[in-house]
Amino acid sequence: MKAAVVIFPGSNRERDVCAALKRASGQDPAIVWHRDTELPPADLIVLPGGFAYGDYLRCGAMAAHSPIMREVKARAQKGVPVLGICNGFQVLTEAGMLPGALLANRTLSFICRDVHLRIETSQTLFTCGYETGQAIRVPVAHGEGNYTADPETLDRLEGEGRVAFRYCSAEGELTDEGNVNGSARSIAGILNETRTVLGMMPHPENVTDPLLGGTDGQGLFNGIVSALQ
Amino acid sequence: MKARVHVSLKSGVLDPQGKAIGNALASLGFTGIGEVRQGKLIEIEITDGDRASARAKVEAMCKELLANPVIENYAIELE
Repeated sequence: MKAAVVIFPGSNRERDVCAALKRASGQDPAIVWHRDTELPPADLIVLPGGFAYGDYLRCGAMAAHSPIMREVKARAQKGVPVLGICNGFQVLTEAGMLPGALLANRTLSFICRDVHLRIETSQTLFTCGYETGQAIRVPVAHGEGNYTADPETLDRLEGEGRVAFRYCSAEGELTDEGNVNGSARSIAGILNETRTVLGMMPHPENVTDPLLGGTDGQGLFNGIVSALQ
Repeated sequence: MKARVHVSLKSGVLDPQGKAIGNALASLGFTGIGEVRQGKLIEIEITDGDRASARAKVEAMCKELLANPVIENYAIELE
């Protein structure tokens, strides 16, 4: 499984996601600069976390219009899976590849801590390493992760099984307290219509090494590799 | 000519910054304040074309980049 990781000026989690991908696949991902207009052959495209273009105007807005995104969109339309983590999720919504938007956290503060996520569906190439209903512990690190969309869009996402993750308690229950940033319907990650594009605010790549306090994120990368190999 | 684009969150979209500003005003002793909403103002110098073409151009800018139609409204003012 060969991955391509796109780097924008201000991306900062690309090394983390590369390490997680390498651990799962045994292969180093290709690194692609945002000014490039071509992507190397890849089974998976990753938009990593960070603060692309300093979050100017709106998080992800500038990155969504950078030259490489035209190519990312074209590949996605051909069915190449795309994973956007944190800032990568914001870029995917700004690029119109996923519905909705990410607003400022309801507390207005930057939140950097472990949270719990409930796997809402294991029927995707991204989440097939988990069980539906399973709760995992993964960190978040964002100021704008408060997912919002109009009620019709939210209903459609839920009806079509396109909510991949929700924030929850340690026991896997949906509570207001567990909804770390105030996201609509506790949504932490969503899929596109073809279930080949996933955007999520939490950082599974940062819990793939026991030395860093957990390995609950490894299931995502192992699942992707097993699905794409 | 100068174009001013006011970008604001749609009504119904939670504006925690506006809320925080409202709370700060109340704590300063200002009374009689309802909801506070925060937006942004973008000024663009348009160096060619007439007013109609300038408006059309800025309208396109709003749709493509300056505002996110999922959460924001915009208003254009030409000087």
